[in-house]
Amino acid sequence: MLLKLELQSNPELLCAVRGVVERLTEKMGFPEPECRSVTRAVDEAMTNIIRHAYGNQPDQPIELTCFRAKRAEGGDSVEGLEIILKDQGAQVDPEDMHGRPLDEVKPGGLGLHYIRQSMDIMEFTRADGTNQLRLVKYLQPKVSAPRF
Amino acid sequence: MQISVRQIEKTTILDVSGDIDLSSSPEVRKALLRELRENRIPRVALNLREVRYIDSSGIASLVEGLKASRDTGARFMLFGLSTIAREVLQLSRLVKVFEIYDTEEQALGS
Repeated sequence: MLLKLELQSNPELLCAVRGVVERLTEKMGFPEPECRSVTRAVDEAMTNIIRHAYGNQPDQPIELTCFRAKRAEGGDSVEGLEIILKDQGAQVDPEDMHGRPLDEVKPGGLGLHYIRQSMDIMEFTRADGTNQLRLVKYLQPKVSAPRF
Repeated sequence: MQISVRQIEKTTILDVSGDIDLSSSPEVRKALLRELRENRIPRVALNLREVRYIDSSGIASLVEGLKASRDTGARFMLFGLSTIAREVLQLSRLVKVFEIYDTEEQALGS
């Protein structure tokens, strides 16, 4: 495990989470645009939990845990970042997790697009009253990640 | 996040600074709708030069401003977009939907 944050579902804390995730992705060696996009994905996922799972209640628990991910590619091992977000809010229907068509100009429904466009893996599960969102982003194969 | 309002000739400019996210986007929405719907300002420009971050709820607020401008026949312009703001508009395929200028002078002269 790289880090674990236990937070309340307070929108005022989103800036702190963005700061932590952005620094972590920088430290892992992600290029600058990917640091921004992974940070955006986590921010949008947290926003969805606050708005939809908890109905904007600001005092509910959210757990964010980051792990070093690995996958085999060719003969090499590619590293990445795995982020697990857990909440005890309302069940989200995976069928609703598509976002709206982008050719419609109307407010809302964009967060899921940002997450899908940013991450290599996005998986949603629910077990024992807990929603779990798993996000993974891999480093490009030829970029070597510094150890820390 | 902070918003201040100033008037230059016929244009009302809203200067926004800081992060526009779930905690602050309602304030942006409120300010835009106040100028466009309540005050019926015919030209409103949003200065995003000092905006460090904008999320989907912030973009939704801009879309609401755009819709209000279309309803009232006003012009709604954006200028000074940071890399982050431009990226998010591109991801949303909204770059061509908004009237976007690089600088305040360009927005005022349009």
